[in-house]
Amino acid sequence: MASQLVAGNSAVIVGAMYAGCDCFFGYPITPASEILHEASKFFPKVDRKFVQAESEEAAINMVYGAATAGHRVLAASSGPGMSLKQEGITYIAGAELPCVIVDICRAGPGLGNIGPEQSDYNQACKGGGHGCYNNIVLAPASVQEMCDFTMKAFELAFKYRNPAIVLADGVLGHMVEPLKFPETALEHKIDTTWAVAGKAETRGNLVTSIALNFDEMEQHNYKLQEKYRRIKENEAAWDGYKLDDAKVVLVSYGISSRIARSAVDAARKMGIKAGLFRPITLFPFPEKEIRRLADKGCKFISVEMSNGQMREDIRLYSGCQPVELVCRYGGNLIQLDDIVKKIKEVA
Amino acid sequence: MAAKEKVIGGHPGIYATFPRKGGAAPTATHYCPGCGHGILHKLIGEAMAELEIQDRCVVISPVGCAVFAYYYLDCGHVQAAHGRAPAIATGISRAEDDAIVMAYQGDGDLASIGLNETIQAANRGEKLAVFFINNTVYGMTGGQMAPTTLIGEVTATTPAGRDPRDMGYPMHICEILDTLKAPVFIERVSLSDIEHIRKARRAVKKALQIQKDKLGYSFVEFLSPCPTILRMDAQGIAKFINEQMEKEFPLKKFRDRSAEVQPIIRAESDYSKESLDRVFGCTEMQCIEMEKDREFAPKGIKIAGFGGQGVLSMGLALAQAAFGCGRFVSWYPDYGPEQRGGTSNCSVIVSGEPIGSPVVDHPDVLVAFNRPSLEKFAPSVKKGGMIIYESLAGQFEAPEGVKVISVPATQIATDKGAHQAANTAMFGALMQAGNLGLPREAYGNAFRVTFAKKPKLIPKNLDILEAGAQAVKLLEMASKK
Repeated sequence: MASQLVAGNSAVIVGAMYAGCDCFFGYPITPASEILHEASKFFPKVDRKFVQAESEEAAINMVYGAATAGHRVLAASSGPGMSLKQEGITYIAGAELPCVIVDICRAGPGLGNIGPEQSDYNQACKGGGHGCYNNIVLAPASVQEMCDFTMKAFELAFKYRNPAIVLADGVLGHMVEPLKFPETALEHKIDTTWAVAGKAETRGNLVTSIALNFDEMEQHNYKLQEKYRRIKENEAAWDGYKLDDAKVVLVSYGISSRIARSAVDAARKMGIKAGLFRPITLFPFPEKEIRRLADKGCKFISVEMSNGQMREDIRLYSGCQPVELVCRYGGNLIQLDDIVKKIKEVA
Repeated sequence: MAAKEKVIGGHPGIYATFPRKGGAAPTATHYCPGCGHGILHKLIGEAMAELEIQDRCVVISPVGCAVFAYYYLDCGHVQAAHGRAPAIATGISRAEDDAIVMAYQGDGDLASIGLNETIQAANRGEKLAVFFINNTVYGMTGGQMAPTTLIGEVTATTPAGRDPRDMGYPMHICEILDTLKAPVFIERVSLSDIEHIRKARRAVKKALQIQKDKLGYSFVEFLSPCPTILRMDAQGIAKFINEQMEKEFPLKKFRDRSAEVQPIIRAESDYSKESLDRVFGCTEMQCIEMEKDREFAPKGIKIAGFGGQGVLSMGLALAQAAFGCGRFVSWYPDYGPEQRGGTSNCSVIVSGEPIGSPVVDHPDVLVAFNRPSLEKFAPSVKKGGMIIYESLAGQFEAPEGVKVISVPATQIATDKGAHQAANTAMFGALMQAGNLGLPREAYGNAFRVTFAKKPKLIPKNLDILEAGAQAVKLLEMASKK
């Protein structure tokens, strides 16, 4: 096994390549650009395909094309670029194509700035483009997970023929930590039952998201909703820290969850029974576990760098329990002291 | 009844019946009488069949009436968002080198919302045949003005006729693409009548032959009839194309470089683990397991200075030193706008347990390479902490409860003949005085990784590292006296 200090954005490319991804199409945007740089450096070395696209829209449509051909394809961007990509993502979801998109979230709205935020939660988890669809969303919290979750995202994307988003932020993209390199490398084979790849076996196939007939389109929507139900049933993942006897539960993902974890330790030192619930999948949201904690009488604090976008889900799945919020905006990280203060208020 | 419908089924390259279309007429198209799409479908079908490339062909259907090209053409199909076909084609073509990709696009699709994709794919010389249907109007959407609408032409959005003072002039796409270097073949033809259709057939076949031979980008524009939207009969629309459209859009073969270009062949992707391990250098990497050690006091270090002083690389060397000892470690650069503004800083955390936030707000040790960094971060240093700074920053009064060490790092490095290695001298000072709980040899060992690509520099840096440490040692001895 090999390990090395690696930046989060670089770890994405490591994970993708060992997961059998052979196409990358991207457009520069801070703080996600290093993913593009790393792809341009490493993909051609093993004859994998890299194109710097003319725009975010073109990039996501190149993704649509390579996914149509049945290949494992990666895109990466940040908030403003993700907004532009939404057109492509809804077509990909509608046509039921697999792909992985990494969002290194930055501060918004508008041009905002290049500091970290977690304000793309709704855009990633609630569809984001037009129509009724969902992306699978994974939330890494370390450089190791930037690699591992990118690999997992490919697995889920192909299992369900659905776009999967790895939702990270500027800190996770730029921080350097030890990374254990993957021990296996996947050799991807295209699925000729649905791909359109310019081969005899795929000549009869069609990739589309149009159905002019209302009933036909309705049936397609039922089929998609049934798929999302199966994803919710089978793929929700989370991680707990000192939850067993916790009275106050911090719910937090990504970089914020690391600060929340430190806050749990600080609160425990003061004798407060605090714990951390960290969703690993944001769609599907680990709703059953939130409900179980709510039924135990736990009090919730959502710790996120957004205006409570995730808090709405905690409220919903806890059965409309009150949920406190500790948040920061604009590129500022949440401070440990602010979380501890809120824990003391709630306890 | 089906028998009374106009039948094009049974034609080469076209499905015999059209089950994807459904309805009561399984061999009739959904196109209006006199529409150019049916004619062009036949030409494409014929060319695919004659060139024996149907297995390899993928047609990208546009938004518009021809979105249903997949009802008819016997090959692989994908349907595109408005304007995006050339980008989708790029994805397919790059992924599958043997695929023959066609983007079938109308004037609004190709020349308006997708103009960027059109030009950029052409400029990259993608292996792609673009079939551009120019009928001067948005057909399916309800007859609005297109980029190719003629001056004075009445449409749903130019009820008084296109006025160039408000809506500009018709766009000439072949002419625009002809300014680019990469395209192999560009031609404008017409579908107005039999004579023109014969020429169009040759252009379609040529465009696809170029794809079969993997030569690059081919583009054919078709002046095409839309009698329904333009409210004309068969003769009227032919006259409109031949007399009015051709005047604006002259029929012409703009270029054919197929005899002079080399095929573009892209290798198959290499998926082997051996190759990946090689390109990522895994074979040279160690396996270091991090072990929890509650006894180890966590330390936060902030390193700051001007860009170019080696602030970030010193942080990485420190992280490497700690990683080499199996400590939990994180390195985080301030990647904000300051990165471009000349100053930079990074946070390093060394710990015996998993690390929370990688950002150091209150450092145990501040390493400052210049005056602004010293002034900015000194107040944030923890009580009982330490500041190590470059002597060139001048006299500096220690904040209460903070130890301050001035190191002539640049001088030390310059004396050793490597003025740019002041950060190494500073690293030596940190090794000597930083009290980070890492063994001394870890600092030197870090260079074996950070200078892996320039091993010649290692001895010199080890020398400067020791000199930096020695300087601090002498200072400490002097202060004890």
